[in-house]
Amino acid sequence: MSGVADLSALELRDAIAAGTVSATEAVEAYLDAISKREPAVQAYNEVLAERAMEQAQAIDRKRRSGQAIGEMGGVPVAVKDNLCTPYGRTTCASRILANFQAPYSATAVARLEAAGAIVLGKTNMDEFAMGSSTENSGFRPTTNPWDSSRVPGGSSGGSAAAVAARMCAAALGSDTGGSIRQPAAFCGVVGMKPTYGRVSRFGLVAYGSSLDQIGPLTQDVPDCALLLGVIAGGDPPDSTCLDRPVPDYLAELDEPVENLRIGLPKEFLSQALAPEIGAAIRKAADVYRALGATIIEVALPHSRIDVDADGKLSSYAVACYYIVAMAEASSNLARYDGVHYGHRTAQPVEDIIELYSKTRQEGLGAEVKRRIMLGTYALSSGYYDAYYLKALKVRRLIKNDFEAAFRQCDVLLCPVAPTTAFKLGEKTADPLTMYLEDIYTISANLAGLPGLSIPAGVSKAGLPIGMQLIGPVFSEDRLLRAGRMYEEATGVSRLTPEMVRKQPGYRMPPGSSSSSALRR
Amino acid sequence: MSRTIEPELVRHIAKLSRIELSEEQLATLGRQLGSILDYFDKLQELDTTAVEPLSHAVEIHNVLAEDNPQPSLSPGQALANAPQRDGDFFKVPKVIGDSQ
Repeated sequence: MSGVADLSALELRDAIAAGTVSATEAVEAYLDAISKREPAVQAYNEVLAERAMEQAQAIDRKRRSGQAIGEMGGVPVAVKDNLCTPYGRTTCASRILANFQAPYSATAVARLEAAGAIVLGKTNMDEFAMGSSTENSGFRPTTNPWDSSRVPGGSSGGSAAAVAARMCAAALGSDTGGSIRQPAAFCGVVGMKPTYGRVSRFGLVAYGSSLDQIGPLTQDVPDCALLLGVIAGGDPPDSTCLDRPVPDYLAELDEPVENLRIGLPKEFLSQALAPEIGAAIRKAADVYRALGATIIEVALPHSRIDVDADGKLSSYAVACYYIVAMAEASSNLARYDGVHYGHRTAQPVEDIIELYSKTRQEGLGAEVKRRIMLGTYALSSGYYDAYYLKALKVRRLIKNDFEAAFRQCDVLLCPVAPTTAFKLGEKTADPLTMYLEDIYTISANLAGLPGLSIPAGVSKAGLPIGMQLIGPVFSEDRLLRAGRMYEEATGVSRLTPEMVRKQPGYRMPPGSSSSSALRR
Repeated sequence: MSRTIEPELVRHIAKLSRIELSEEQLATLGRQLGSILDYFDKLQELDTTAVEPLSHAVEIHNVLAEDNPQPSLSPGQALANAPQRDGDFFKVPKVIGDSQ
C-alpha cells in the first residue's frame, strides 16, 4: 500500500473511482503517514481517525454497489480549525474555544464532503487566524516539514504542513492577509485565495469579514482546480458570496493562456526582498517569456515598500490592512464573552462586565488581545477618522492601483513573502516584524482579488520558494492555467520534503521533481 | 524612538475591549501599541481628501432573500456549548448592578 499517500488528490480520486485503491486503503495510508510524521510536524489539532474510517467504508460500499461516489470520492482532506464541523471540535487554536463543538458545518466543508471527500482532521493555525507563522496557536506551534527548526508560515500553517508532509491529500485554509498563500510558499505547496465572494464563508469563524476567504492548499495546480471547483459558488446563508456560475476549472487547465500579458510590480522587487527570491521571480518571468508571454513593468504605488536609513521597512498597504483587519476583528471577536459558548472564568465576579473581562483575559492569547485592543482604539470616538476612515480611503487607492495595472496586463507576477521559512521564535518578540511578512499578500485581500501561490523552486538552503500570480476579480481560471503553464514548463511541481522522501517504500510520483534537481 | 501609550489610555482601551490586564501587561502593551500606532501614522503622508472610503472590495448592497422560514438550531443545539444554563436559558451573573 506504500505510495497511496504519495498520489495527488486527482490521481487518488481516479484510482479510487477505478477500484485500484479503496477509500479505506487511502484513509489507512494517511493515518499511517500521520502516525509517522505528525509527532515532528504537529499539523493537526485533532485527527478524526474513527469517523474517517467509517466514511471510507461507506464510500467503498457505495462504489461496490455501483453508485456514484462524487468528484472527490474517497479523497482524504484536512480542514483548518476555524472551519466549523458538526463533529470533532472547532477551536480556532484558541483556549477560549478549546472544547467548542460546532452545531453545523461550514458550507465549504459540506461541499467537499458532498463530493465524497473524507475529513481526516482539523489543522493547527495561529489563534483566530492572527499570525504568519502558526506560533500564535494557543496550543503549540506546527513545524515546517522541510526543516523542523522553521515555521510552516501562517495562519493556515497546519494545513500547508499537512499537505507538504503528505498527511492528507489536500486541505482547506482561510486567507485574510496571506494566510493561505504564505504558508503554501513556506511549505512548497500550492495555495489559492479566491476572489472575495467566490467561496461561501458560512461556517468560517470570522476574523476580518471584508477580507476573509476560504481556499485550497494542494500538492499541485490541478488539485487546486479540483478543490476550488467543488467549494466555489453562491450560498444564500453568506450574502457576500456571489451567485455566479462556476467554471469547470479542470476542463481547460492544460491549455496555455494565449497572448498572456504579465505585469511585474516594480515596487515588489525591491531591496526588501531576499535576493534569492527576487532572482526566482525574474527567472519565472523568463520562463513565461519563453512560453510566449509579454512581460511588462507595472506600478502599484500604494503597495510599495519603503526602506528607511536604518533598514526599517514600511508600507501603506500593511498599515491600511492592519487597521482594517483589527477593527473588524475587534467587532467579530466581541462574541467570545463566556456567555453562550467557550471558556468562562471560574473566578468570582461581581457582574457580567467582570465576567466578560476575566474570561477574555484567561482565554485569549497575547496577539489576539493586541489586535482587539488596537481595533477598538481605531474605531473609538476621536480616533475613528484618523485611523479607520483613513485606512478605508487608502484601501480605495490600493484597489485603484490594481485596476490601472490590469488595464495593461492580465496577471501580476510577484513574490509571496520577503523570505523563505524563518526559524521558530525568530519574529515573535516584535509584532511589527511579523506583520511585515504579509507585505506582498495583503493588497490582494484589500482589493478582493484572487491570488495563487505556487512553488517557484528551492533555495540553496533547501527551502521552498514561492511565487504569486494575482488576477482581476473572478480570474481564477486564468490564474490556474498560468500556474499550470509554469508547472509544466519547469517540472517544479509536487515538491517533496526529505521527511517524506526518506520514508521506506516511497516512490517518486510521476511528474514530480526531487528538490535536489531544482537547486540552482 | 517610538512613542509609548500612557497606562491610563491602555487601561481605557482594555476596558472598552472587555479585557482585564495585569500591571505588567499594561506596561508591555503601552510600548507595543505605541510602536504599532506609530507605524499606522504612515498613512497620514497620503492626501486622501478627494478619496471615497472603500469598506468592501466587492461592492454589493442590499442582498434580498424571500421571507421564507428556514430550519434553525433547536434550543438543545443552541445551548449545547453553554458554560452555564438554566433550562432553556443561558445563565449569567447579574447584568444590572450597582457597580457601574
